Amino acid sequence: MSTTPDEAPVLLTGNHAVAWGARLARPKVVPVYPITPQTPVLELLTDFQAAGEFDAEILTPESEHSVMSACIPASLAGVRVFTATASQGLLLMHELLHYASGARAPIVMANVNRTVASPWAFWPDQTDSLAQRDTGWIQYYVETAQEALDTVIQAFRVAEQALLPALVNLDAFYVSHALEPVSLPAQDRVDAYLPPFAPAQRLDTAAPSGWGNVVSPDMYNRHRQDIEAAMGRVAALAAEADREWAEATGRSWGVVERYRCDGATCVVVAMGSLCGTVREAVDALRDAGVAVGLLKLRLFRPLPAAALRAALADVPDVIVLDRDHSPGCGGVLHQELRAALYGMPGAPRIHGCLAGVGGLNVAPEHIEAFVRRALAGTPQPHSEWVR
Amino acid sequence: MNATIELKHQAAVAQAAAPAPLLCSGHAACPGCAEPLSLRHILDVLGPDTMAVIPPSCMAIIAGPQPYSSLRIPVYQPTLEASAAAASGLRRALDASGRQDTQVIVLAGDGGTYDIGLQCLSSAAERNENILYFCLDNEGYMNTGAQKSSSTPHFAVTGSTPAGKTTRKKNLLEIMAAHGIPYAASASVGHLADLRQKVEKAKAMRGLRLITLLIPCLDGWGLADDSALRTARHAVECGAYPLYEIEDGQRYTLNVTQRTRPVSDYLALQRRYRHMTAEATQRLQAEVDEGWARLRQRVAASAPA
Repeated sequence: MSTTPDEAPVLLTGNHAVAWGARLARPKVVPVYPITPQTPVLELLTDFQAAGEFDAEILTPESEHSVMSACIPASLAGVRVFTATASQGLLLMHELLHYASGARAPIVMANVNRTVASPWAFWPDQTDSLAQRDTGWIQYYVETAQEALDTVIQAFRVAEQALLPALVNLDAFYVSHALEPVSLPAQDRVDAYLPPFAPAQRLDTAAPSGWGNVVSPDMYNRHRQDIEAAMGRVAALAAEADREWAEATGRSWGVVERYRCDGATCVVVAMGSLCGTVREAVDALRDAGVAVGLLKLRLFRPLPAAALRAALADVPDVIVLDRDHSPGCGGVLHQELRAALYGMPGAPRIHGCLAGVGGLNVAPEHIEAFVRRALAGTPQPHSEWVR
Repeated sequence: MNATIELKHQAAVAQAAAPAPLLCSGHAACPGCAEPLSLRHILDVLGPDTMAVIPPSCMAIIAGPQPYSSLRIPVYQPTLEASAAAASGLRRALDASGRQDTQVIVLAGDGGTYDIGLQCLSSAAERNENILYFCLDNEGYMNTGAQKSSSTPHFAVTGSTPAGKTTRKKNLLEIMAAHGIPYAASASVGHLADLRQKVEKAKAMRGLRLITLLIPCLDGWGLADDSALRTARHAVECGAYPLYEIEDGQRYTLNVTQRTRPVSDYLALQRRYRHMTAEATQRLQAEVDEGWARLRQRVAASAPA
């Protein structure tokens, strides 16, 4: 696919790439509340609007709770809705995250992964969004600014097809504030990829209906099964959305990505910005004769278990890096991987590493050391603190 | 055609010509409750180009369980604390869709307004969102079995104030007026013409408009089954619940200007005040007198010179 001149790369931070992705997706309503490190998303969107380049209703309520409360009925009225938050803001929305998926509102939200208080801290850590894994939101984790832009647009497409909300997660500072070359797709290219949101059922005075009335146990149970069925379609929809994006732009990110996994005796599984560091460690280890690969998990909810099993078949050792912490459980991704691979014939030995929790720097040489240590030891059921 | 048949014929013609009521019969309100009567008149004035946001409350029960709805307008039921935020989002979506003339209303209780919903209501008022907010004020958490809210008046017994509430009712209209919203008013189904006129007036305005309606709760206040309207009238007539309007946070209008009975008449109808001593009744009378005097001062101060 050829690029048009306006698609030549420009330097953008991850946050500004998110704002560009949102602008190109043409949402009609954007409720948003500022929180470090997400604020540049908000500020660039309001700049776009002030310049007459972004035709959306932006509202700035008093809290993230009210932001998500506004997002849901706006979406149910049949318009595309975008917002962005981080950390405490996402936690404050928790009640409404469940409400949004229950209402089948395909809102897209960017979340800048930041440590959760207390104590206060502002560093990259994915506990905020991983703690929302049971809320019924599709969850993506991105590694770069370009991927952040592309994923916001893809997420709208998948969310609107599945009628489920979607969260696009980017690590604080490493992705949100790092400047990288980003190609901005032309508006007509995005418009062709992402048709206007026009749900058949919506809040409309011409055909009055309601959402939220009390239901019976049987209706509630069937509704949960409908949500599960919709989630069950997401991995395939996400793969298809990514394939068509590749046709439109030449860029594909996958639902999972295998990096130098061929013939690997050990595969490191990670999400978000850690993947970039793992790539360097893999290259160094391969140069040193250790057959190591990276499996980048881009779609975390729904967990693409079939893709993970296929990618990790015949791999003797898997090392999971968690930049999150669930007390009493360890690393969330570690436990998710153990569950996904449980019972698999010839399942890999799974080593869980709590690496970079609280924003600790994880350098390529650290990852090389984790790999060598894991391969020399035996895997534990719990996740191990490493640094 | 004899006279009876002629009358029936005229009634049938009138019924066919009248639009279907927007609140259907068969709703789930308690027998004798004044809330559906209030709502019927509100919706009759507003008409069918209206969407309602109804948080958990008595009104949500009256709206009915799925798959039924007692309302012939679209209804969105948000979480308890989020009505004004949800209405804001709905409003903006309609604006973005070219539906600026559709009224977005909130039908919330006092718990969802004075207490848990006040933060987002304040924010919506600060943004002057174009919504019409009705607080159906029955002075407590009546839907959960009558516990105290910050709208419960001084001395009233509730499930969480068994010895009587020790503090006064929060003054919501003054709080809203301090935001400078275009319209804040109190109304009562006991004064129907006044209620309808206020809804008409609010309907014609834009920005955040708020009307509180006193809804005497038969069960929560301990009232006789047939006394909801009488109690609502007594509340206005003794000055415990004065009917007034505040425009742009400044211009006060008192709609019922005379007090025609003592507070004790109003208390006598209600079991929640049965424990009142003469001294407590005097104190409550003094508080109502004080509120009335302050209100009259504001009316006088805002009268054109």
